[in-house]
Amino acid sequence: MNTTAIVVFLVLFAFVTVLGFYASSWRRGDLSVLHEWGLAGRQLGTFITWFLLGGDLYTAYTFVAVPALVFGAGALGFFAVPYTIIVYPFVFAVLPRLWSVAHAKGYITAADYVKARFESRGLALAVAVTGILATMPYIALQLVGMQAVLQVLGITGTGFLGRDLPLIIAFAILAVYTYTSGLRAPALVAVVKDTLIYITIIAAVILIPAHLGGFGHIFALSQAHLKSLPKPGSTLLAPKAYAAYATLALGSAVALFFYPHALTAVFSTSSRQVVRRNAAFLPLYSLMLGFIALLGYMAIAAGVHVPGTDTNLAVPLLFQKEFAPWFFGLASAAILIGALVPAAIMSIAAANLFTRNIYKEYFAPGATPQQEAGVAKVVSLVVKLGALVFVLGIPLQFSIYLQTLGGIWILQTVPMIVGSLYTRWFHRSALLLGWLVGMVVGTAMAASVQFKSSLVAVFGVLGYAGIWALILNLAVVVVLTLALNAARVHNGVDATADADYEADSVTA
Amino acid sequence: MVRRSASAGGSRWWYLLLLLPFVATLLPPIYNRATPALAGLPFFYWYQLAWVVVSALITLLVYALTPERPEARGTERGKGR
Repeated sequence: MNTTAIVVFLVLFAFVTVLGFYASSWRRGDLSVLHEWGLAGRQLGTFITWFLLGGDLYTAYTFVAVPALVFGAGALGFFAVPYTIIVYPFVFAVLPRLWSVAHAKGYITAADYVKARFESRGLALAVAVTGILATMPYIALQLVGMQAVLQVLGITGTGFLGRDLPLIIAFAILAVYTYTSGLRAPALVAVVKDTLIYITIIAAVILIPAHLGGFGHIFALSQAHLKSLPKPGSTLLAPKAYAAYATLALGSAVALFFYPHALTAVFSTSSRQVVRRNAAFLPLYSLMLGFIALLGYMAIAAGVHVPGTDTNLAVPLLFQKEFAPWFFGLASAAILIGALVPAAIMSIAAANLFTRNIYKEYFAPGATPQQEAGVAKVVSLVVKLGALVFVLGIPLQFSIYLQTLGGIWILQTVPMIVGSLYTRWFHRSALLLGWLVGMVVGTAMAASVQFKSSLVAVFGVLGYAGIWALILNLAVVVVLTLALNAARVHNGVDATADADYEADSVTA
Repeated sequence: MVRRSASAGGSRWWYLLLLLPFVATLLPPIYNRATPALAGLPFFYWYQLAWVVVSALITLLVYALTPERPEARGTERGKGR
């Protein structure tokens, strides 16, 4: 327990709490309608969007788990870097079209879009359910990142309440200001979060290697340590891991922006040009992520020992060991706030999906925008409560398994969302069946390795299960589309026009 | 009001440049080496970190080469219905 670190930590936490509540009056809008509460009025510019998306995609769990993987396995954990390199050229080419059609037609979720494109409630439900299922464990993992920090700070006590109370309090505060301020709260808090994260990482990358005798020495120690592990790792890839490394990077990159929380941030921007510009500027976060991954090796070289196999504690323990107490407090606050921002956006995104595509679609077709916002606010609370119960009541490993599955599942919605942005050739029934096949096969593949990893060998090639399932998904879609189109089966009425995909706002 | 963003000069072919980062990073055999090291970082690491920057510059270049000029297109902006 370190008083200086805890005081710095609490002051910063109090500051973002005030900011979260103040956010409700920032760029004031009528928060009783859904596009104001859940998309911050679609008015975020390049600068705020950069922070919002950065805070949204590079989560506390990322900061803890990526170096933890490097710490425990070596080079394979670095796949996060090619992943976050190639995601942006992809986003630059594809997402402006989705932004445009959503803006022109007033869509709030990806499910709104596929429903209109194919006149298909089935596809919309598939997108909504997949999105909600994949998001829930992701929120739970943000709590895991918070717990790692609180534990190393020494704020947590013993016993059921003592251990979990700080986490519950932090999360309850987050839930209340998300309820009152909607997406405006994480948008403002993200600016503080990322400033703290950048300060922490720049300091870590300058100070720690110098203190540990330079990167050459760090890598030499790491290589020796990884070789000695019961399951040996290395600072370079084994040739049989090449396909795994590349397919993990590719699959993760293609899936990332079709998570509901990523699309919510994209749809909240004020113009198509904001999306294009951010694809060019967001890689600054990827550079930071690369250095964060290297923290795993620094932890090895610094002689950090984690209790049991809990490698998630590697980075917080490294910071505690290498930083002055006040700076350790700041770094801890950075990671904890780094969990609050994505948790808020994820719960808003899940709430938007539930409200638009399940509640309004199946239970209250006549719901007004005010009723929609009311339901979404309550759902955002329920989602967070669910994640909390999940983390406190179910073994941690289960959340990690589910999050692995989440990535595989989200990939299966890519053919219907991305494919349809360019052509109306695909048949809606083929897309739905392809999705179903991909979901079942992807899940079965992960189950075949007891969910311990997302890597599965197909014809002797070890690769990411999400990519294998996607290939099968696409094969089903193409073959069935050919058959259904040949048989002239009705393919729904398209509510969008070609021009909608190029539309921009006046302010561009 | 919604405007249509017509490409204002600049060929769509420039988008093909965006494939370069994929080729450079999705083929690990071309960079899975320890040497030459840079400031103690094995080639594997600094090569990929360098591509973060190169890829961002390529994206920025394509952004600059494919300017979009908004044109009026008289439909109502449908804010979240």
